Amino acid sequence: MPRGLLGIENLERAEIQAILDRAKAFQPAQSQPFIKLDTLRGKMIVNLFFEASTRTRTSFEIAAKRLGADAISITAAGSSLSKGESLVDTLNTLAAMRPDAIVMRHAASGAPHFLARHLPIPIINAGDGTHEHPTQALLDARTILDHRPTLEGLRVAIIGDIVHSRVARSNIFLLSKFGADIVLCGPASLIPPELASIAPGVRITYDMREAIRDADVIMMLRVQLERQHEAAFPAGEYFQFYGLRLEHLELARPDAIVMHPGPINRGREISSEVADSQRSVILNQVENGVAVRMAVLERILG
Amino acid sequence: MPKLLIRNGRVMDPASGFDAVADVLIKSGLIVRIGPNLHATGAIAFDASGLVVAPGFIDMHAHLREPGFEHAETIETGAKAAAAGGFTSVCAMPNTNPVNDDAAVTRYILEQAERFAVTQVYPVGAITENSEGEKLAAIGSMKTAGAVAISDDGRPVMNSRVMRRAMEFARAFDLVVIDHCEDLNLSAGGDMHEGEQSVRLGLRGIPSASEDIMVARDLLLAEGTGARLHIAHVSSHRALSMIAEAKKRGLKVTCEVTPHHMALCDADLASYDSNFKMKPPLRSPADREALVEGIASGVVDAIATDHAPHPGSEKMQEFEKCPFGVIGLETALAVALKALVHTGRISLMRLIELFTTGPARVLGLNRGKLEPGAPADLTLFDPDLVWTYDVNRSFSKSKNSPFDGWTFRGGPVATVVKGRIVWRRNEERG
Repeated sequence: MPRGLLGIENLERAEIQAILDRAKAFQPAQSQPFIKLDTLRGKMIVNLFFEASTRTRTSFEIAAKRLGADAISITAAGSSLSKGESLVDTLNTLAAMRPDAIVMRHAASGAPHFLARHLPIPIINAGDGTHEHPTQALLDARTILDHRPTLEGLRVAIIGDIVHSRVARSNIFLLSKFGADIVLCGPASLIPPELASIAPGVRITYDMREAIRDADVIMMLRVQLERQHEAAFPAGEYFQFYGLRLEHLELARPDAIVMHPGPINRGREISSEVADSQRSVILNQVENGVAVRMAVLERILG
Repeated sequence: MPKLLIRNGRVMDPASGFDAVADVLIKSGLIVRIGPNLHATGAIAFDASGLVVAPGFIDMHAHLREPGFEHAETIETGAKAAAAGGFTSVCAMPNTNPVNDDAAVTRYILEQAERFAVTQVYPVGAITENSEGEKLAAIGSMKTAGAVAISDDGRPVMNSRVMRRAMEFARAFDLVVIDHCEDLNLSAGGDMHEGEQSVRLGLRGIPSASEDIMVARDLLLAEGTGARLHIAHVSSHRALSMIAEAKKRGLKVTCEVTPHHMALCDADLASYDSNFKMKPPLRSPADREALVEGIASGVVDAIATDHAPHPGSEKMQEFEKCPFGVIGLETALAVALKALVHTGRISLMRLIELFTTGPARVLGLNRGKLEPGAPADLTLFDPDLVWTYDVNRSFSKSKNSPFDGWTFRGGPVATVVKGRIVWRRNEERG
């Protein structure tokens, strides 16, 4: 990785593989109470969260600390970020602090790219608007690989508000690079046909049952009501047509896994029974978040 | 004013078809004679060997920002940038503050231009009061005061009934109605062309349909009212094909294309650089190809810059917060040469036509041609000069150009307005 991590789209497959392999090595550490490495001792990482996030921010903080780095988190609430400070002023302030890396979450697509263009500091994208969320895709791939030997040829259904989902976009780019067979499903107004051409191996269906049939992996997305600028589907019909219920799992492969980037909306995009079922690997995803982010930080700063 | 003799240039005049090495003699702001080996005692000689001597270029679509937004541009700085781009005349769009919606503002712009501008400045009046799309502006008095067209550029008239009335009224004054075609409901919230690239980048899209629908509406209204209609900055292939079809049917419709739309496309936004953000947005490579084809086939009447200065502070923000628009006066000729002439798509004469007789015809201006008795507005350029654009040396107050750092083949060398050399290359910072 030359510098930073802005997205999956421009990352080489070998690079992704290296991160995933390295993350595996960090997994056992999570089950032991307190093993702290000193790989990144003396490095300062600033977590800059313009948008609220609990799990991503916490997991980046833990990853940094486990590697021995100093991590400072600046979140929108209670900082100058919420006092109308412009991005360019934040940028100048940060440049003066001279951190070794910046982890950035922002509601605007391309905001980390803006920072990367103007700062000689590695920028790690922790989710930008409706664009990419690269470390989420990496931890999702790590989680799938904990249950399957390879991503090649896997049938992955991604269901929900695809067009507004940075998680979906990063996962599409990643899974496609590894030869997975990707099916996108959700309300037509949230899945423009152009999505099928952003990466090889992607197709679209608006029929939930067809999407899930023979799937190895079912990836549910959060319905991002906050990103809907208008009513793109009839209110109240979402769960009926695109919510995941137990009966759907009958259609998938017997050993299919169910994933969700969280936080889940029970009863909106996923039923409680499914979320809590044996098929759900949602908590594995959270665990892998730290391992994958350790691998990313080590690769960029180590 | 002393006589000026421009010697040995390749004189190219689309109006007459003249294309030969010749001298041009200028006296009292007028062209006196064009021919080989002219002599004039006491004349200042300008050696134009190796240069093309063309009628002065006309930019029918620029935002000079004065009055009201002088931090972004003034009539003085905008006109200087125009001259450095080879333009001798510039149309000033009315979205100033106050909006140019009555004769007093029109007169103010002309007075400022008279005092400070090195080029001709032609005001474009608003269609509606404050460009709010409701009540018709003082169209007749603005025309009397010097407005050459009307437009609610940037804040297009959504109400079709109001647009119809505007066309009816303008027709009686023989004023062309220029429309920035955009259905504001369809485009609302969008940051770039809607398509594979917007989906890839996670940016909200501006569908081509938002442009096409308004072009279709305007063509129907123009047909019904008999008005002269000019479609600004066409960017979509379907809009262009509708215009071509309307022209075939004999409608009095014309259109322009900007240099950025013929040279760039939506894929250029991959770095989220806001200097590639404008309206209409950079569309797909297929749209860009259709525009170039439309220029080659003759459907397009003019090249216009849509020069839209925004200070750096406004463009240094999240992409979605940045205002729309790019500057373009200084790079227009070079970009057009690159996209159209050096690629063999059109002749040099056709290119000059798009910068001169084309816009002059649309606006009904007695400019853009080289003949004895005509105003001595001339553009001298070298079609093969290799140069690099450095936006930090721009005359414009704003630096929002997508072409910063580009190396071009061909560019303006000197600009003559009413018989005076108002700009020469390498003397930009003299």
